[in-house]
Amino acid sequence: MINGAQAVIESLRKEDVDVVFGYPGGAVLTLYDELYKMEFPHILTKHEQGAVHAADGYARATGKVGVCFATSGPGATNLVTGIATANMDSVPLVCITGQVANPFIGKDSFQEADMCGITTPITKHNYLVKKVEDLPRILKEAFFIARTGRPGPVVIDVAKDVFAAEFEYEYPKTVNLRGYKGDFIGDEADVEAAVKALQQAERPLFFVGGGATIADVADSVTRICQSTAMPVVMSLMGLGCVPDSYAGNLGMVGMHGAYAANMAVMDCDLLVGIGVRFDDRVTGIVSQFAPKAKIIHFDVDPAEINKNVAADYRICADLRWSMPLFEKKLVMIADALKTRFSPWRDGLMAMHAEKPFTYKKDQNCIMPQQLIEKISELTPADTLVVTDVGQHQMWTAQFYKFNKARCLMTSGGLGTMGYGLPAALGAKLGQRDRSVVLITGDGSIMMNCQEFSTAADYGIDIKVIVLHNHVLGMVSQWQRMFYGERYSQSELNGKTDFVKLAEAMGVKGLRVSEPEKLVSVLTEAFAHKGAVLVDVMVPSVEDVLPMVPGGRRLDQMVLGDVR
Amino acid sequence: MKKYVLAVLVDNKPGVLTHVSGLISRRAFNIESIAAGYTEEADVTRINIVVSVDSQQELEQVVNQLSKLIDVIKIVNLSEVDSIKRELVLLKVKATPATRADISNVVNIFRAKIVDVSRENVVIELTGEQSKIDALCEVLSDYEIVEIARTGAIALSRGPVAAKDM
Repeated sequence: MINGAQAVIESLRKEDVDVVFGYPGGAVLTLYDELYKMEFPHILTKHEQGAVHAADGYARATGKVGVCFATSGPGATNLVTGIATANMDSVPLVCITGQVANPFIGKDSFQEADMCGITTPITKHNYLVKKVEDLPRILKEAFFIARTGRPGPVVIDVAKDVFAAEFEYEYPKTVNLRGYKGDFIGDEADVEAAVKALQQAERPLFFVGGGATIADVADSVTRICQSTAMPVVMSLMGLGCVPDSYAGNLGMVGMHGAYAANMAVMDCDLLVGIGVRFDDRVTGIVSQFAPKAKIIHFDVDPAEINKNVAADYRICADLRWSMPLFEKKLVMIADALKTRFSPWRDGLMAMHAEKPFTYKKDQNCIMPQQLIEKISELTPADTLVVTDVGQHQMWTAQFYKFNKARCLMTSGGLGTMGYGLPAALGAKLGQRDRSVVLITGDGSIMMNCQEFSTAADYGIDIKVIVLHNHVLGMVSQWQRMFYGERYSQSELNGKTDFVKLAEAMGVKGLRVSEPEKLVSVLTEAFAHKGAVLVDVMVPSVEDVLPMVPGGRRLDQMVLGDVR
Repeated sequence: MKKYVLAVLVDNKPGVLTHVSGLISRRAFNIESIAAGYTEEADVTRINIVVSVDSQQELEQVVNQLSKLIDVIKIVNLSEVDSIKRELVLLKVKATPATRADISNVVNIFRAKIVDVSRENVVIELTGEQSKIDALCEVLSDYEIVEIARTGAIALSRGPVAAKDM
């Protein structure tokens, strides 16, 4: 006989979990007692939001399920933003929250919050565990649901007395869910139809998204591109799937996408979406998205097909099944396609060379784009780049050269400021041999800056680059462009000294404002053993361009006066 | 707007109705009615949903999004097959000695039943398709309806095959 808390820890071991992120409290005291006794690795963040984002960063960096613990009530509700972040980006998480004991449920008891009610819209699935006998089955199901199909977060809310209750523990070997089968393959005829459509196309375009990252099919997608001379655009979540060095890579598409990438979408006659959800940040005005094109949509989630953009061909299956099959079926005809598609690709690449992402250099100050270029030059190709949300995030997407999948960790769907620092910690713990760089802003970093303390306490070696422009950059850009330059509440001009803040929490702090010193300071930071914050002073007024304003077509970009 | 009756078979587990109704509201689907009850299998609940949509694409979204819920086992669109749709209504209508006979006539014409009578009112029960119930309500509105309780539609396909096997 073991108790529920032991059963949880034992099950985590069976699921090959090697670290948990969390924060203790009343309802999970028994769980933490067993964690202590069983010496299970645990990272104590300084805030539950830090724990859930760290679990998310760990999951994105490794492809494994991230796990976090929180207590009932406020502990659990502090996870909400992180759960929603993971849900929007299809990140596998299992969040185990304490709930008040069975007799107290529904009585507005101390630290009671209805976590199943609260998290239903932002989870793949959730459970309230009221009987200890249900615990092993639910844990088994939760991990299965989180990692299979289209991954996502699962919340397990466990009544306090369940942790203490003793029972005969046995971890199930299989999952038996009548309404959910996990990974599934599709119909080969659908793939065949896609091949036929490609054979008839003159100006095809690959559009690769986060699904390709999650399914780890980047290599397959890249080989198809290379063998057929297929031009390719990527969503923010797809960056890295096809390397920057590929001679048909047009970069990011959408609101802040490359000129040629957006023009390619407008002009192509066949758009092949791979693991994408046609988000409004990609499509611009959706009725005018890829107006000349037939659409092929590869995705594992049936509900994504025809949700935003109607698909002419659908291949609804695990990409790990459909992509290799698609690749195999193209082998025989690849050379013919390459001959036919090359002029179209070359034309687009010429356009891309003529109108690349660019900016005005300045002798007197460090330009944010220049900073990202330098970081890109100074970091190894397998560096895990984490961002927060705002201008720095878009500049990272535009100017960092991603040559591998799963190297960019960013809150794409929800756009969560404060995601970066804890996610970087989780990413580093998942990939201890690789360098982790967080690119953030002076707005975002303050949203979870308490986690510098976690970095120092556990000696987690991450490099944090703050683009310090004294404003909420993206907000002020919109205010500049659409709100008559009325900078309502977007001017920070904070008195906070980030170097001192980092030092106070035990992290090395550096600052640079002169362009000629940038490389040496960055080099010093990257060479340092241990966490470093680099406070980089950049100008306040600088726009992320190109930009497709809301409600416009992708070819109606604001390009600005940057040559 | 077109209406469809969906039979949604779900695991009979706590929280399943929250998951289904939560999804409907957050995806802003138009639902006319929702009626849940036990089935021939102890661990399966059948939720009958009447959904009102503008297009086939919207209907497909409703079905696909609902299907994504882990505890949804199966969804069958009973409007696509030959099926029987029924709804139950209970109506409390003011009835004086002067109007009672008229009301009773109406009830007979509709093949409804008077299931409770008092000095001031009657309670009428009717089972039928939505249009028939609408018609009864319309006619009885001449007599001051005190209260209406409707179940929302439930449906079964004709023929031997069950929804779970479709």
